[in-house]
Amino acid sequence: MARTLPAINDDNRAFWTGGEHAALMINRCRNCRTYVHPPVPFCPACESRDVAPEAVSGRGRVSTYTINYRQWLPDMPVPYVLALVELAEDPTIRLPTNIIGIDPEQVRIDMAVEVAFEPVEDLFVPLFRPVEAPKP
Amino acid sequence: MMTFGEKQTAITGVGLSEISRSATKTPLALTIDACLEAIEDAGLKRSDIDGLATYPGSDNNASGFSPVGVAQLMDALRLEVNWYSGGIEVPGQLGAVFNAIGAIAAGYCRHVLVFRTVYEASARKLSKQANALVAGDRVYSQFASFAPYGATTASVQQALYFQRFVHDYGLKPETTGRIAVNNRRNASLNPAAVYRQPFTLEDYLNSEMIATPVRLFDCDVPCDGSAAFVISRLDAARDCRNPVLRVESVGCAQKVRNSWDQIEGEALGRQAAVSAGAMMWKRTDLKPEDVDIAQFYDGFTFHTAAWLSAAGFCQPGEENDFVGDGSRIALEGELPINTSGGQLSMGRMHAYGQLHEGATQLWRRGGARQVNKDLKVSINTTAGGPMAGCMMLVRD
Repeated sequence: MARTLPAINDDNRAFWTGGEHAALMINRCRNCRTYVHPPVPFCPACESRDVAPEAVSGRGRVSTYTINYRQWLPDMPVPYVLALVELAEDPTIRLPTNIIGIDPEQVRIDMAVEVAFEPVEDLFVPLFRPVEAPKP
Repeated sequence: MMTFGEKQTAITGVGLSEISRSATKTPLALTIDACLEAIEDAGLKRSDIDGLATYPGSDNNASGFSPVGVAQLMDALRLEVNWYSGGIEVPGQLGAVFNAIGAIAAGYCRHVLVFRTVYEASARKLSKQANALVAGDRVYSQFASFAPYGATTASVQQALYFQRFVHDYGLKPETTGRIAVNNRRNASLNPAAVYRQPFTLEDYLNSEMIATPVRLFDCDVPCDGSAAFVISRLDAARDCRNPVLRVESVGCAQKVRNSWDQIEGEALGRQAAVSAGAMMWKRTDLKPEDVDIAQFYDGFTFHTAAWLSAAGFCQPGEENDFVGDGSRIALEGELPINTSGGQLSMGRMHAYGQLHEGATQLWRRGGARQVNKDLKVSINTTAGGPMAGCMMLVRD
């Protein structure tokens, strides 16, 4: 899919570039350990300004999704799945994403997923795919 | 009991330009048509207008979302005002009306002209920039977090919330279908509506699946047009031409995260309507059973379904039973809704077409679609992600 990219600044750079090191970077308060997303330099729980990106597991669940069938742009293969994924570390944090590596019709709310990064220009776009069943 | 400022205000005049899929006039010409009609309807002159408000105001792009702002209209009509306001960051699309009410309650103004102009149908034929997200540019807007993922239009993004509402509350396609069928039937009786050919529930269920669960007939229709209102101080309203439509109550509270992706908990499905609805009821002694007609926001059918519980007409999860076979929400029903055809069929005027319709019904100007009972109380609502608002009008 041709991806339109967000503008980058010091607040969100770690989130959009952490994939270079296979790390999903989420802001976290160094004082009270609350996760803070979107990445802003303030903790709404304890009012600390000491907030910095940390790597999380990259695991999560599908909060909601849609299977898009309409071809909006010529370079956009359909169908594709747009979703919000809630993070394992804090399910109140939700990331817009695409669910890949699965037949779109098989995606369900609460499905377990893990991050996979797609490099685009200077960024690493976080996508999510189903967590593979553990090997017996 | 404290005095609620909105009760000292009233709608005194309304105006509506031609609404179409291909305007014969420029956006400014449409706006002038609507505004002059509203001023004349109130029995006022341009020189009586001392305030001006619009949503969202000039946005200086080619999308047609807001092609006319305060400055352009104010200068064209040579208005001399004590106050004006335009802005997109308001609690729901009716925020310009809430601002006007506030300006009157604060004593800045006696008669505020409020307008909303759209040119989204024609804009798509005029400029590639009419697309929400233009490939090649980095995105700075509040939708930047969605930008890489094919959230190209509102129908794809709103599908996320619609899906969650279906998951949490069991909303059936037959229920959203009955809402769409109801609106189209009402539009068939409204000469101003852009789509007037009735369709059936089967037609709805067979309409194109755009982005699950959003079908084509769940979506409102982009249009060209302008709606305008005169909001007046209550004592001045009593000297105007029309029966007074007093603003009984406003709901503009927002108690969920103001974010299109972080909107949390039950609000992921119900969106921001719950706190706005609760505020509206706290500011009136009236109850849901006192409401005669409702113009529920219908950018998508599920917005209307979500407002049924947010406005207190049923519990969340009871939408299927409330709507039933559609007879309760029809023109002849217990609670007629979206009597103009709403945005689904009259055209996407972002709640301002619906507000025009509320006043039209209360003044018994609805023609073939006029609700045939003694109407006194009407509510209007807005929705769409982390923004919502609502208001109640009472005919004296």
